Amino acid sequence: MDEQPPRRPGELSFAARRRLFLVGAAGLGALLLWGLFELPDYRDVVPLYGQVINHSAVEERSSTAVVSAVNFDYRGFDTLGEEFILFAAVLVLALLLRRLSEERRDRHEWKARHEHTTSAAVRLTCAALVGPTVLLAVYITAHGHLTPGGGFQGGVIAATALLLVYLGSDYPTMQRLRPLPLVETAKAAGALAFVLLGLAGLIFAGAFLENFLPLGTPGDLVAAGTIPLLSVAVGLEVAGGFVLLLSEFLDQLLVIRRKQEADS
Amino acid sequence: MSSILYATSIADLAPLTVAIPFGLAALLASRLPFPFTRHYAELVAAAGALVVAVLCLLLLSKTLDSDGPVVARIGGWQPRDDGVIVGINFAFDSLGAALALLAAVLVGAALVFAWRFFEAVGPTFHALILVFLGALTGFALTGDLFNMFVFFELMSVSAYALTAYRIERAASLQGALTFAVTNSVGAVMILFGIALLYGRTGALNLAQVGEALASRPSDGLVVTAFALITGGFLVKAAIVPFHFWLADAYAVAPTPAAIVFTGVMSDLGIYAVARIYLTVFQAPLEPHVEGLRAVLVGFAVVTALLGAALALAQNHLKRLLAFVTISQIGLALIGVGLLTPDGVAGATLLIPADGLLRAGLFVCIGAILHRCGSVYQSSLHGRGRVLPKVFPVFFGAAVLGLAALPPLGAYPGKALVEEAAGEVGYGWVAIVFVVATAVAAAALLRAGGRVFFGWGAPHETDTDPREPPAEESELTGSRGRVPGVMFASAAVLIVAGLLVAAVPGTAEDAQRSAHAFADREAYAAPVLGRPPPPAEPVHLLHGGALEVVLGLLTALGSIALAVALLRDLVPLPRPVLMGFERLRRQHSGQIGDYVAWATVGFALLGGLCALAT
Amino acid sequence: MSVLPYVVAVWICLVGLYGIVTSRHLLHTIICVSVVQSSTYVLLLAVGYRQGGVAPVFVDIPHTTPAVDPVVQALTLTDVVVGGAVTALLLAIAVQIEKHLHTLDPDELDPLRD
Repeated sequence: MDEQPPRRPGELSFAARRRLFLVGAAGLGALLLWGLFELPDYRDVVPLYGQVINHSAVEERSSTAVVSAVNFDYRGFDTLGEEFILFAAVLVLALLLRRLSEERRDRHEWKARHEHTTSAAVRLTCAALVGPTVLLAVYITAHGHLTPGGGFQGGVIAATALLLVYLGSDYPTMQRLRPLPLVETAKAAGALAFVLLGLAGLIFAGAFLENFLPLGTPGDLVAAGTIPLLSVAVGLEVAGGFVLLLSEFLDQLLVIRRKQEADS
Repeated sequence: MSSILYATSIADLAPLTVAIPFGLAALLASRLPFPFTRHYAELVAAAGALVVAVLCLLLLSKTLDSDGPVVARIGGWQPRDDGVIVGINFAFDSLGAALALLAAVLVGAALVFAWRFFEAVGPTFHALILVFLGALTGFALTGDLFNMFVFFELMSVSAYALTAYRIERAASLQGALTFAVTNSVGAVMILFGIALLYGRTGALNLAQVGEALASRPSDGLVVTAFALITGGFLVKAAIVPFHFWLADAYAVAPTPAAIVFTGVMSDLGIYAVARIYLTVFQAPLEPHVEGLRAVLVGFAVVTALLGAALALAQNHLKRLLAFVTISQIGLALIGVGLLTPDGVAGATLLIPADGLLRAGLFVCIGAILHRCGSVYQSSLHGRGRVLPKVFPVFFGAAVLGLAALPPLGAYPGKALVEEAAGEVGYGWVAIVFVVATAVAAAALLRAGGRVFFGWGAPHETDTDPREPPAEESELTGSRGRVPGVMFASAAVLIVAGLLVAAVPGTAEDAQRSAHAFADREAYAAPVLGRPPPPAEPVHLLHGGALEVVLGLLTALGSIALAVALLRDLVPLPRPVLMGFERLRRQHSGQIGDYVAWATVGFALLGGLCALAT
Repeated sequence: MSVLPYVVAVWICLVGLYGIVTSRHLLHTIICVSVVQSSTYVLLLAVGYRQGGVAPVFVDIPHTTPAVDPVVQALTLTDVVVGGAVTALLLAIAVQIEKHLHTLDPDELDPLRD
């Protein structure tokens, strides 16, 4: 165990802290197990809420992927909150990782240090994969109401496509492909679209987030009312959010340098 | 089918209290040029807060008119014939609506404070605080357990983001880090509890879960779920031993954010405890209410006293106010922890009054910081004289309101809780109220005396020997004057805080609402689509002479104590001072310590609840 | 073994908490927060499981086929997104802390130090 920083007088020593925790953990573990053992055998029972939705989702919502129906319709309000959690986190991330006044962006230094380090095999594979990845992202988002998938999954896959571009080429190429204002607008547009769809439900159907589009037949691509639209909105927001997230971290890692370092 | 123009009920508009701030935040964060440039961001945000406040006011008046909660069925999902609720609904009564209104007012005040002066980088701050507002109102109004969790997490993430906002200062980052880690642990415990309840009842709607639990006696699962969910919310409410993060976070959060934190965020944890106990757990745990009452009041009393004592030991003004916040949330928990409708009513009166007054005090501290460049009492000695004379008046009025000077400020709530406690044999909490309130108020008065008037011995640094660094103001604009918006926001907050509970009729309304709040079946009926049970007559409590005397005693006691402290007349023996210092040192700023204490806290809470049942 | 998932969930939670409490590196702390959050995924999915149940996707099968609980899957999805957002936020804070204080030891944090 390496040297630990000296403790200020009166604070808990590390050993004391660990002992305190272990006592607490024993108690907490006992409490948790005591409660959990009263649950029915996990293999036997599906809770009532789940059973009811399983039986009725296909008819009520024309959606064959019930999880997406739950996410975007029955419990769409949760998804609204969750989407905005990502929104808020990415929003402040841009702030947290921005260039401090004593730092500067140094693209040229990056070039000198990182060029020519990817092998041809890597570049080829990544280039070949980018197209199919984007296609997969669109497919998963659009088919969210039919098969497992939806906006969240599709959005993350889309962001991965950008990462493949970075891996397969270099930072400036990736930068060209993701103009930041566009990405930020996409993210905000996705979030706004979800809210507007909810408002449309209020205006046209009487309750916030209520479905106001025709339901169609289960199994069709254009079906399930607002579910695919909400899925696309979320996909846009998540894709934008994760692209921003990755970009900010990469920026911070690769490009931002302290002024003195870069000049030396 | 009905459209918004023919809205069948204002209740259907309730989700807009969430949707409007969210939509505006998305607009602000998009890179659209006009009209969302930075200056317009302030207008847009303020307009959004205003609209939400008006909406909450309408919702509040609606709740006061109806029996039972107002229900808004989001997604249009009606309860099924077999009683299963498949959608999410809002189901709120006047307490929830009042807290939503409080949140909107505080965010509005924060935006006024930050008007054109706050060093905002782009629209990020305004977008974040709008998202925060949406989360606060959603949390206060919702009737679904997991929805509550989602808004709780959103409220938390926005709070972490707002705390970390000033990235140039390492202290902000550290405060945000400890805040984030400890509150995340609390959220995990809540989710464990929710999973337990879902496994048992197969439902997530509060009323439905309460209904399902009512048919069986309590067992290990129910008690564990109660302990976990309550404990998780008590982390947010900063009850001992989950409280360590609050002082660190409040000390570094930008003042506009701190205004909202102290005014409503931590109190929502207490509201959640009350709501969840009374709606979900009341039926199975009713036979054990005596024991649970003892447990909750026990935690609350320790918090109230510890917070007040530690407030005395703080040199940093924001940390001082943070510990006062902790102490007062403890007092609110006493009200809720009594687990009676009258106790909840008392807490209902305490929370907004204390919250608004504390928010006003934060504005005063912000003014001091702006004008004098420091928040440390030791370096501010007497320098507060340069502030306009009205600020000491604001400060003093706010503290006296917190000290429960009859009939203003915290007095109505305090009196009601004391009476409610007396009804169930807990009359001794009155002593705790007097002591905790007086000590906290004395700490504030002493600070005010030192800063504004230069009283007391100069260069006294209490027990913290570390050199305070110079702190930059959060605002742009000339140092030479205090911006008018600070006057405005301080005045509005303090006057509102002094009067909100004192307006005639409020106490009666609060008691009636609390009785409805505490009636599980009356809450569940409209949610589940059933006819409401007959209303029971409510016996109203009115403050007696004893409570008035106690209130005067508290206020005068706090003044006397402050004077004694300023003149060094309070000789504390060395062992007491040493113990004090050790206690203060426990607040080390280190995540490992905080999480260890929190783990012990959960185990303790769970163990005591298990023993009580 | 009817309680195995529950025991696993509790174990993961406690191990994660132990990691946070004894951590000497902020990245380790942040990953441990993530670990603690993942214990809830295990619990939620176990609560919704049914032996012999199919996935709740009724493209080729009649919707009356016994399936596992879709609600907990949606809850877990929400939880994962929340956890990811919090982790990203914490990591960004850690990056900036390293720049200011040149250390990533959580025990060198000081609430009053700038």
